Amino acid sequence: MPQTLFEKVWQNHVVCELPGGQTLLYIDRHLIHEVTSPQAFEGLRQTNRAVRRPDLTFATMDHNIPTVDRFNLIDPIAREQVKTLEKNCAEFGIPLYGLDSDRQGIVHVIGPELGLTLPGTTVVCGDSHTSTHGAFGALAFGIGTSEVEHVLATQCLVQTKPKTFLVDFQGQIPKGVTAKDLILKLIGTIGTAGGTGYVLEYSGLSIRSLSMEQRMTICNMSIEAGARAGMIAPDDTTFHYIANGNRPFTPKGKELEKAISFWQSLPSDEKASYDRRITIDVSSMAPQVTWGTSPGMVTDVTQTVPNSDQVPGLSPSDVEKALTYMGLTPGTRLTDLKIDVVFIGSCTNSRIEDLRAAASIFKGKKVATSVTALVVPGSEAVRKQAESEGLNKIFTEAGAQWRMSGCSMCLAMNPDKLNPGQRCASTSNRNFEGRQGKGGRTHLVSPEMAAAAAVEGHFVDIRTWL
Amino acid sequence: MNSFIEHTGKIAVLDRANIDTDQIIPKDYLKSIKKTGYGEHLFQDWRYLENGQPNPEFELNQKRFEGASILVAGNNFGCGSSREHAVWAVLQAGFRVVIAPKKVLGQNIIPAFADIFRNNSVKNGLFLIELTDSEANELMALVNAHEGLQATIDLPAQKIILQFANGSQAEGEKEFAFQIDPMVKQHFLEGLDEIGQTLKYQNEIGRFEKKHDVQI
Repeated sequence: MPQTLFEKVWQNHVVCELPGGQTLLYIDRHLIHEVTSPQAFEGLRQTNRAVRRPDLTFATMDHNIPTVDRFNLIDPIAREQVKTLEKNCAEFGIPLYGLDSDRQGIVHVIGPELGLTLPGTTVVCGDSHTSTHGAFGALAFGIGTSEVEHVLATQCLVQTKPKTFLVDFQGQIPKGVTAKDLILKLIGTIGTAGGTGYVLEYSGLSIRSLSMEQRMTICNMSIEAGARAGMIAPDDTTFHYIANGNRPFTPKGKELEKAISFWQSLPSDEKASYDRRITIDVSSMAPQVTWGTSPGMVTDVTQTVPNSDQVPGLSPSDVEKALTYMGLTPGTRLTDLKIDVVFIGSCTNSRIEDLRAAASIFKGKKVATSVTALVVPGSEAVRKQAESEGLNKIFTEAGAQWRMSGCSMCLAMNPDKLNPGQRCASTSNRNFEGRQGKGGRTHLVSPEMAAAAAVEGHFVDIRTWL
Repeated sequence: MNSFIEHTGKIAVLDRANIDTDQIIPKDYLKSIKKTGYGEHLFQDWRYLENGQPNPEFELNQKRFEGASILVAGNNFGCGSSREHAVWAVLQAGFRVVIAPKKVLGQNIIPAFADIFRNNSVKNGLFLIELTDSEANELMALVNAHEGLQATIDLPAQKIILQFANGSQAEGEKEFAFQIDPMVKQHFLEGLDEIGQTLKYQNEIGRFEKKHDVQI
């Protein structure tokens, strides 16, 4: 029977079927960080259980570390979480890419960088943006702390098989439109719960034309469409990424050849069927900007803030609450919105290509005097690469701040946060109320759009600059 | 986790869709290495004003919902981050049950609860009930019309039984039936330790590991 990419990966990881119809699924990579793991280790201690496969478990700290002086963790509770992760990793024999490691970074940036993320594997982490790793054709999804404990103890998860949903991005991607715009467009189309219960598979010629980093941006925000996982079939672009660069955990030589020939069998069979399909024509797309407090509240940069009764799928009262929080009046052009802060970073858009794209906009220009701009690389490896290319000079000469790696202002669990009422053009993934700081107002955009907004002090249609 | 068979308590209404986990428990309160201490910060940014005083405009601060243990909310409750702290916060604030509607909008079905939140709830014994849109609207209207309205959640019978207080409109009792996955039902009835259950399959896991290549 013809199978989808997801079904092949799922089948390869079934340990056994459980009474009642659930599946015991094997996990190949378990990534952990400082915020969602402490209670899981505490549970192991209380029940006197061991970590089954410390060799398949990998740790870093990213959520609450400062991006200016990372060793100066002033917040005592953040410091305790970091110390606790160090202690747990030492006690259970888990490799840790800590604050002093040159491979430290946002967990979803370093997984692929290190070669931990490989096609056909299962990857989990106590973080909903684990869907990022699906860009390689891995089945990757976020889990809660109880499930973190379950994987630590058993290297397995009890799962109900999700349904499949094919998202076909057709047409050629126009200039000025990026992977970020594609995924925002999808979320705007199917809604923030449209993918709940499904694993998304992204396909189409436009997906094939994307680099691995751009594919990661798309898979990263699958969760914002309600899907725990999003996948892209591996191809030569994938294999090229894996075979090159300093990736200690990838197979090498003969092993790599053997792996590639297996990975080539993973793409969905031609006649495979899906529970749901959608086609999105990208050829006439415009850059996207969110206007509300949910990633589905998104529209073209050329549009105006909508009236509360003009948003399909949302109740007028929910839209009104969002507009009040965002301080927006219906009918205002998005390009007239004044920006206070620009954040370029997060597991969605902090890789080297994102920084190159932002630098190409900043080059020879200045950040508007009314704007504070932060550029935060996703990992220490990205930071060093950017510095070797001189990108940091372009940012600082333009007047943007160049930081060390971490989650930073994406979730403001660290010193980087918005003040109440500040309006931010952000390359991150969530525009929820208070996400970037209590009272902060987030507009999600691509790195190019964020950089241009920093220069002009308001949103611009980046296509007019190209 | 403890078993859940039947629960009786007061119902509160929070009629907002897409309540995300950043609202349920803002990140400022995630910096703990413990599983306790989250209840007082449930809906923190909605519940309190800048000066730390309770926000009188916030639904759950109304006196009529004081002491409620059953929450009725809008669809897609618990979307966003995977933080299990959101479930701990709801439970520790005194709620045992959350009820939300599944909405059908053309081809789009908007579920009552987000996936990861649903999983996390099962692991911790927070009982989730999905109703239809019209049932949820009716339930919200009844709660708003009858101050202090209580319900009994009867898991074996799969029913929500509303109990109208003596002296209020003589409507007696009203019931809503609900569906539940048989595995989830058993899990709640028996209060199983899932890790303990999986560890019974150690031999199967060991055999699988022998033949499975984690590199491909």
